[in-house]
Amino acid sequence: MTEGTPVRDLPANARWLDPGAAPFVRIEELSKRFGDFVAVDRVDLRIYKGELFSILGASGCGKTTLLRMLAGLERPSGGRIVIDGVDLTEVPAYQRPVNMMFQSYALFPHMTVEQNVAYGLRKEGTPAPEVRERVAEMLNLVRLTPLARSKPAQISGGQSQRVALARALIKRPKVLLLDEPLAALDKKLREHTQFELANVQDRLGVTFIVVTHDQEEAMTLSTRIAVMDEGRFVQIGTPGEIYENPRNRFVADFVGNINLLEGVVEACGGGEALVRCDEVGAKIRVRFEGELAPGARVCVALRPEKILISKEPPPENDRPTVPGVVFDLAYFGNLSLYRVRTAGGKIVEVSAQNRRREARRYLEWDDQVHLSWDKGSALLLTE
Amino acid sequence: MPQTRPVTPAWQRFGLAIPYAWLLIFFLAPFLIVLKISLADPIVAQPPFTPLFDAARAPQLYATLENFRFVLADRLYLLTYLNSVKLAAVSTLLCLLIGYPMAYGIALSRPDTRNTLLLLVILPFWTSFLLRVYAWMGILNSHGTLNNLLLWAGLIDRPLEILYTDTAVFLGMAYSYLPFMILPLYANLARLDLDLLDAAADLGARPRRVFLDVTLPLSLPGVIAGCLLVFIPAIGEFVIPALLGGDDTLMIGRVVYDEFFLNRDWPVASTVAVLLLLLLLVPIAIFQRYEAQGEPRA
Repeated sequence: MTEGTPVRDLPANARWLDPGAAPFVRIEELSKRFGDFVAVDRVDLRIYKGELFSILGASGCGKTTLLRMLAGLERPSGGRIVIDGVDLTEVPAYQRPVNMMFQSYALFPHMTVEQNVAYGLRKEGTPAPEVRERVAEMLNLVRLTPLARSKPAQISGGQSQRVALARALIKRPKVLLLDEPLAALDKKLREHTQFELANVQDRLGVTFIVVTHDQEEAMTLSTRIAVMDEGRFVQIGTPGEIYENPRNRFVADFVGNINLLEGVVEACGGGEALVRCDEVGAKIRVRFEGELAPGARVCVALRPEKILISKEPPPENDRPTVPGVVFDLAYFGNLSLYRVRTAGGKIVEVSAQNRRREARRYLEWDDQVHLSWDKGSALLLTE
Repeated sequence: MPQTRPVTPAWQRFGLAIPYAWLLIFFLAPFLIVLKISLADPIVAQPPFTPLFDAARAPQLYATLENFRFVLADRLYLLTYLNSVKLAAVSTLLCLLIGYPMAYGIALSRPDTRNTLLLLVILPFWTSFLLRVYAWMGILNSHGTLNNLLLWAGLIDRPLEILYTDTAVFLGMAYSYLPFMILPLYANLARLDLDLLDAAADLGARPRRVFLDVTLPLSLPGVIAGCLLVFIPAIGEFVIPALLGGDDTLMIGRVVYDEFFLNRDWPVASTVAVLLLLLLLVPIAIFQRYEAQGEPRA
């Protein structure tokens, strides 16, 4: 297999931008039907070597079915799966160069930690001394050496997660599949484990495909994210692209907090559009390269942290501005979250960093405020 | 840290007392009576054994181990015990071989068909046990359904002698006790985490290895429970060997019956029964030990 020449000035694993690079995992027109229900609907995907790729979606969107097809645990109804140039569509699970970490971890309860980790190598017929060596090495990597002789029932959730990871990695799979790897952990452990996962991935260079419903998890872990809904990919991109340039309302709403202001186009041209938003009782200018007929229904998407909240109107008069009244506020120490009722009745969420050290709040309930933002910060969604 | 003991409410203690009372009245008390008789001498009287404590004649206890010495010394009783164990063991094995795939199939079937299949397993219980054994006599005898069918099909030219042999006893026992094997096995296999099977396959185990490495060891408690539920009643079974077995089919249950009602030697009959119980305690103790080991030590 020929590797494409790396393009300069790109992060080491940003191969997806290089048109010459050959994808490591290629999914073509992959479908899965259960009776009348279409779980995965003609999905196409290219994943490159060394990526940590996340498939993000709500429960029931087909992401786990897709992962199980990659593992060979579910037979596709149509389409192809090619990994490292080999068509694996008809290859049974036990012969695929792919391993999976299950959401429930699925540790064998009647085997010790050590035996669990060694299982994959034993089935490969690896000679015993090598098995011992590699298991020891792997247990060391996930810092479980002292628990080697314990049974799964005797260890904690975080430790089980690491055993599952070690067991899935020991055969040095070409691709590691992770089904909601952090869902069963509590919040604090999750944050810690998140970085540990990325760390292990970085060190071993294995391609990871992670399925998750947790957008925060996907954002921090991934090189790229595919947002999935009703068996199809809605958008594929880097965390930054997904967050800053969501393609439609679904993605914008699913990833992070966002204000979606419904409106009607009044004029369009010259790189911007004028949108009448009755919901907030204002006309909003949005940067937009494209053609839209006046009267088209659109949506102005605005992240809470992109909005500036102030008592006085902003001095620059080219900033879109919407007046309102503070309806609710929450103080988080580093941040304050405001809910502002606009003239049209729509509540807009604003988050502001508390830059100054002040015990007395600058804004209180029922204060008259002005919300403003850079013209480039808002996004016009037509879908 | 101060140890606190959970307080059991009165009604709960009452609930727990019911099975104990049941065992006391219907198991322990009769057993003690049988044990008492096994320590007596047979006499021609009503009842036909010497009393343990005769207040009328001399205020003293009378007990003897003569019956135990007699039973243990006689090769016939030993052979009977061995034969009972053999019959029960073979029947248990047959039940396991037939029952395991059935239980596994039911556990893996769709939830809506599962109940129907379970109902089919226990359906024979709706007919009297004796009727079902007589039905087997009708099937197996030399002019019975099975022989007629085989003769008609031309597979044999002379009726097979199955009835009144050990084969007939095995068939009858395996048939009668099969539900006792299937139900505990099903209860165990239904709880099997299917992710474990997927995980084993994912790590490179072929379907047969998945079964041997994961399914079988994890279903072992169910296997043991099912085997005990079949083996224990099978070893003392009286009706099936009496009806389907030959005259030479020696079974403990039959010996106890003969000693009680034909020889009217109640002490020896009781001794045979007590020894049988002791014999049965061995597999139960093994099972208890296995269960205790299986508990995770937290």
